[in-house]
This record gives sequence, C-alpha cells and structure tokens, in this order.
Amino acid sequence: MVPLSWYLALSAVLFTIGVIGVLVQRNVIVLFMCIELMLNAVNLSFVAFSRFFGDVTGQLFVFIVMAVAAAEAAVGLAIIISLFRNRETLNVDEADLLKL
Amino acid sequence: MDLTQIQGVHVLFLAFAALAVVAAFNIILQRNPIYSAIGLIVVLCSLAVLFLMLYAPFIAAIQIIVYAGAIMVLFVFVIMLLNVRAEDAITDRLKYLKFIAPVFFLLLVGQIAFFVSRVQNPPPPAKIPGSVESIAEGMFTSYVVPFEAASVLILMAIVGSMLLAKREKEEDIVRIEQALAEAQAGEPVIEESNEEAHA
Repeated sequence: MVPLSWYLALSAVLFTIGVIGVLVQRNVIVLFMCIELMLNAVNLSFVAFSRFFGDVTGQLFVFIVMAVAAAEAAVGLAIIISLFRNRETLNVDEADLLKL
Repeated sequence: MDLTQIQGVHVLFLAFAALAVVAAFNIILQRNPIYSAIGLIVVLCSLAVLFLMLYAPFIAAIQIIVYAGAIMVLFVFVIMLLNVRAEDAITDRLKYLKFIAPVFFLLLVGQIAFFVSRVQNPPPPAKIPGSVESIAEGMFTSYVVPFEAASVLILMAIVGSMLLAKREKEEDIVRIEQALAEAQAGEPVIEESNEEAHA
C-alpha cells in the first residue's frame, strides 16, 4: 500500500506550486486556476486522511469544498468578465483600484 | 498483498503524481491561458486516479464530472469569450523578490520534508469508507446543516454571477448618468426618478 506520507508530500508540492502561481502570474484567469489547484491539493490530503483513519468525514468535507469551489468559480469568472468589459485588461497589476 | 502488487501500486502512484506535478508547473509557466487550463484539467484527472487508489470512487467520479467537466468548461468558455492574448507573465515588480524567494523556498522544502518524514501510517482501519451509501449516510444525518448551507451558497452564487455578468442596458446607463448629474448640480432629485435609476 502507498504510505500516507507520499500523499501528503504530493499534496504539499501541489499546494506550493499553486502559491507560486498566485505570486508570479499576472493574468487573473490563471491566478484563479492556481487557487483551484490549491483547493485540489488540500482535497487530496482530506481523502488520504479519510482512507487511512477509516472515517468518511474527510470525503464529506471534500464534497463541500467542491461545492464552494464551483460557487467561487462562477462568481469569480463573472467578476472577471465585468472587469474585462470595463478595463480591457486581465492584468491584476492594472486593476488594483475598486473605482474606475 | 504480495510484493509485486505493492510495487505496481507504487509505480501507479508515482506515475500519476509526476503527471500532476508536471501539469501543475505547466499551469504557471504557460503564457497562453488556454494551455494553463489544459494543464489544470490534466492535474484534476490524475488526482481523480489517486482518489480511486484511495478507495474513494464517489469523490473520483464527482472530481471528473464537476471539476474537469463543469468548472473547467466554465474557465475555457470565459477564456475564449474574452479572447485573451498571451501576455508577459513576469513583471519588473518581482525584481527584488527574485533574490529572497530561493531562501524561503529552501526553508519551505526543509519544513515539508521534516514534517512529512515524521508522518507514520496509522493502524489500518476496521472498515474503509468511501461507498456512496456511507457518504450519503454521513451527509444526511450528522452533516445535514453544512449540506443545506452549501445549497444556499450555490443559490447566492447563481444570483450573484447573473447580476455581475449582466450587461447594463443603454437607457439604464443614461438614466443613471442623468440622476448623477442632477445630484451634482445641487438640484433636488425627485424620488421617483432616483428609484428608477437604482432599479
């Protein structure tokens, strides 16, 4: 059986890559994808713990996380669309004020 | 479980873990967002395989259906709708951060290696959860309140995204601008027109 530590290491690596992406990328859509990547890394930890401790709660939590991620993606992409309509850019450095 | 089986599972894990890591790097290194989206889809699919290896078939299925299916289609639609050009990813803003980043990176790697190396497998559980029945039982008995809260959250997301992405009508914009001009000119704004402008 694959040991628990391997899953945790992979989860940490994916989460770190997501954080690097949020810091380095300037395109707001890719930034959003990096957030999804971080959520998925945490999901992997939850499922691994759920399997190794024999408790279904971890998988329920993953289900809730997915619902939140779906809601976040819908609202976030709507915000991106209206941002692009108003400013004609997707660069987060150029959209750092709330007013136009 | 004999030795050959164990080896096979390990090889499967390493293959899909490597695929996930490479695709994750692909997300942040690509200039064109559509290639980043494809990288994220590959990550999600390989994580679904890992969920299957963890005896979580339901989570693996909704990972494919909801994440790789619905959410990523939304992303790809938005990328194509906005007709995004490939942009320069790294700006001058990171000029100084480049020098302190490796230090923190090594610190983080050390920390992760330290803690992960201390993790030990707990004793094998009496029964492995993951069937749809066990998930449904938990969700509709002890965790029914978070489940209902999630439904309210999704309803709010539907209303919010429709409101945000809606294009305002031309006449509405003209009316709002008129009301603003009247307010700035110091003239008393009639309540009726004000309400209409906000509607």
